[in-house]
Amino acid sequence: MSSNKHSELPEERKTGFSRRGFIRGVGIGGGALGTGLLERAATAAPGQANIVGPGPVPITLDINGKSVNLTVEPRVTLLDAMRDRLDLTGAKRVCDRGVCGSCTVIMNGKTVYACNVLAIDAQGKKIETIEGLAAPGQLHPVSAAFWENDAQQCGYCTPGFVMAAKGFLDENPNPTMEQVKHGLGGNLCRCGTYMGVRQAVLEAAKGIKQGGKNG
Amino acid sequence: MANTPDYSWPPMEARKAMGQPIKRVDGPAKASGRARYSSDQNPPGLIFAVLKTCPYAHARVTNVDTGEAERTKGVLAVQVMSPAGTEIQWEGTEVVAVAAATEDIARDAAAKIKVAYEVLPHLVKEEDLAAAGSHAKAAGERMQGDPDKGFQEAEAISEGTYGIPMQSHVCLETHGEVAHWQGDQLMVWPSTQDVTRYAGTLSPNLKMPTTSIKVNMQYVGGGFGSKFGPDAWGEACAILSQKAGGRPVKLFLDRKTDQLIAGFRPSAFAHIKIGGKKDGTMTAWESKGWGTGGFPGGGSPPLPYILSDLPNRQNFTSVSVNTAASRAWRAPNNQQASLLTCSAIEDFAAQIGMDPIEVFKKNLQYAPKARQATYAYQFDKAAELANWKALWKPRGQNGAGPEKRGLGVGFNAWGGMGHNSNCKVSLYADGSVQVDIGTQDLGTGTRTVITQVAAETLGLPMSAIKLSIGTNELPPDAASGGSTTVGGVSSSTRKASVNALAKLYEAAAPALGAQPEELEAVDGHIRVKSAPTKSLTWQAACKKIPAGGVISEMGVTEQRSPGGLMGAGAAGVQIADVTVDIETGVVKINRYVAVQDCGLVINPRLAESQVLGAVIMGISTALYEQRVFDQQTGTMLNPDMEFYKLAGIDDVGEIVVHMDIRPENDKRGVIGLGEPPAIGICAAVSNAVANAIGVRVPNIPMTPDHVLNALEGRNG
Repeated sequence: MSSNKHSELPEERKTGFSRRGFIRGVGIGGGALGTGLLERAATAAPGQANIVGPGPVPITLDINGKSVNLTVEPRVTLLDAMRDRLDLTGAKRVCDRGVCGSCTVIMNGKTVYACNVLAIDAQGKKIETIEGLAAPGQLHPVSAAFWENDAQQCGYCTPGFVMAAKGFLDENPNPTMEQVKHGLGGNLCRCGTYMGVRQAVLEAAKGIKQGGKNG
Repeated sequence: MANTPDYSWPPMEARKAMGQPIKRVDGPAKASGRARYSSDQNPPGLIFAVLKTCPYAHARVTNVDTGEAERTKGVLAVQVMSPAGTEIQWEGTEVVAVAAATEDIARDAAAKIKVAYEVLPHLVKEEDLAAAGSHAKAAGERMQGDPDKGFQEAEAISEGTYGIPMQSHVCLETHGEVAHWQGDQLMVWPSTQDVTRYAGTLSPNLKMPTTSIKVNMQYVGGGFGSKFGPDAWGEACAILSQKAGGRPVKLFLDRKTDQLIAGFRPSAFAHIKIGGKKDGTMTAWESKGWGTGGFPGGGSPPLPYILSDLPNRQNFTSVSVNTAASRAWRAPNNQQASLLTCSAIEDFAAQIGMDPIEVFKKNLQYAPKARQATYAYQFDKAAELANWKALWKPRGQNGAGPEKRGLGVGFNAWGGMGHNSNCKVSLYADGSVQVDIGTQDLGTGTRTVITQVAAETLGLPMSAIKLSIGTNELPPDAASGGSTTVGGVSSSTRKASVNALAKLYEAAAPALGAQPEELEAVDGHIRVKSAPTKSLTWQAACKKIPAGGVISEMGVTEQRSPGGLMGAGAAGVQIADVTVDIETGVVKINRYVAVQDCGLVINPRLAESQVLGAVIMGISTALYEQRVFDQQTGTMLNPDMEFYKLAGIDDVGEIVVHMDIRPENDKRGVIGLGEPPAIGICAAVSNAVANAIGVRVPNIPMTPDHVLNALEGRNG
């Protein structure tokens, strides 16, 4: 508790790790950090690094079946590109560190945390966001089940949960309750809607089987 | 009107929209991702602000050099918030705000700002009161009844130390706003629990009349008591917009800063002594407590909780630590009071070898008279639903293997009287209905219950009601805090609807050949009560609205005159059923039972969701949550969501909710429900763990290290 003078930060904090700084340093390969990408990155042959940036670069994303062009710095996450540049605000930025799942989207059929994917690394991949699930004024069967089972309070985690549930049901069309509890474990809710979410996912599975479309 | 209209609620059995488990009206917007929260606002020309914050718990700013940041390409405005000379009392304090074309540019620029500090001594931990020194201030001894006599009469005395640490709200949407300076007007999209007063809080420092500040918030990503007025960042965001030539600015705290400065629940620890008879009757209480609410100190839980007439002597010491101030969180001081009290009572019960529920019931004479019978009923109901008689075993009899099962109980009390509220109901000649009220929906279902009350009163379907909330241009409401919203808005909506209907009856009466007071609104018709076949459809009745084409009436609710529409005094009893692995220290929730009364229930589906949510949040705090500080550096070690743990979908067991909707509760009017069921969970879980493993784990959360320390007798 001694009193002393410091200019700016203490030495150990100057070298403190920050995700953004790290991703920037790694460049395009940083996408391998993305949750869900680790397995594939491990099996892919290490290719020649395609050096881009650090300034803004033009990219093309395939989102909800549409091709969109934008210019972003290589360090910009898919989440921030969607929210800040494309006005796709369904995915939320909550922990910004791949913990809470509020930014969940589906990329090439797998659920990923959009805060852990670089926008430039999402090029050439098929990205599905909650905005693409149903036309305005309509509800996807998973969304409808969330409404029906009151699996939402403040609703900030809901879009991430709906996307996680859709991705889960795509791979597990006949889940048991135990599988639902395990499969949706990558998303957090603070209002405490888990009981509704459990029921909603089970009910959505039934609804989809009876003719509702989960696609 | 000669007489005061009859605003009273329709009888329970006659309700058509109220009392129904109607799905929340904003559910589709939320479940489709199309609900626009304030952090989702992207007005044209939007730029992004980030904060440069202080890394020290206590320091004086000696120099701030923003030169390089200001010269950074893409930076549009810089605002120094803690100039040289400022004494900073907690880590995370805002020093400079920077706005730039992109968030990354703003973050780069903030990193280039050079701030020099004189670092000062700090205290960030309070668990060890002896180390707090001059930071500790005792409130002085308070006494009720004759505790000395009580201890003399006691046949048994139990003692223990219990505690609950500082815990964070972790609203998923962080605190912040989008501000757009438009010359003589400011447009703000905040994340708040208080749309009505937000502008008035910004006004003095911006030197802009409150009437020139327009506030709009349709959805909020969690508040729980931590989001009322704007903080220093709110004002800075508006100034950045002005400095940037009127570009709208988005400033939402990053997760770390939100954890550091945007509030937490105060800690509370206490050494408690209880004396009593072997038949379970308690005779005396003595407690020495301490805790912190951050730099301002504070946090004095009401002890003994609910059983406040038990003769007692107590002292509470408030500790000031170098962290930001605590904020209200779902029953301020009550979660702590319930944990401290229920833990001490369960220990007393274990000492005399009695079932704790019997001990609680034996001592209800110390509870407020009006609620004694309710608690007695609720203890029995909760015990029945938890299968207590079959499953509860005295300590030490909970299995031979490493997995020990235990049950524990906690209880709650809360006021929940509705707040002041103003509602306007407008009926148009084409039959459309508009309800205007300057409230906000925190996810509790406020939109839905207002619509239900209007539909009920006007005899219309839910879909016929158009509701506007969430701006400060609507009739002023109040903050959503203290479980006051549902009572306030339901009462004002009821009154406005009744008043509007009275005017419609006047317009329609001649066509029905009746007096206005002989009419009623039922199933989309205005009809004569004594001759229901004499009726007009709602549309036809509205066509009789005289020139101007609209009836517009206010409904005003004042907290001090609830008029039977709303009431206070919710009560609940909860039981946790847990399994503890004594080899790993892991606590698992098997089942959780919550019995809750909240007066008249407008929407049982949403009421149940409130209770479930409160219980899940409570289980999370009981099992996992703790703000961890390092005294050496003065920093918080887990200002994030990786190491500040929240319960997930598989961590909360099965939950049984029993809403105590009996006619005698219904008669008490509408009572708020956000707070009460959130109280008592730490108590029930702590008691269940003690019952399972035979020793008390003194402090929440019930993490493996706490459990194993207790088993090893390392409680310090």
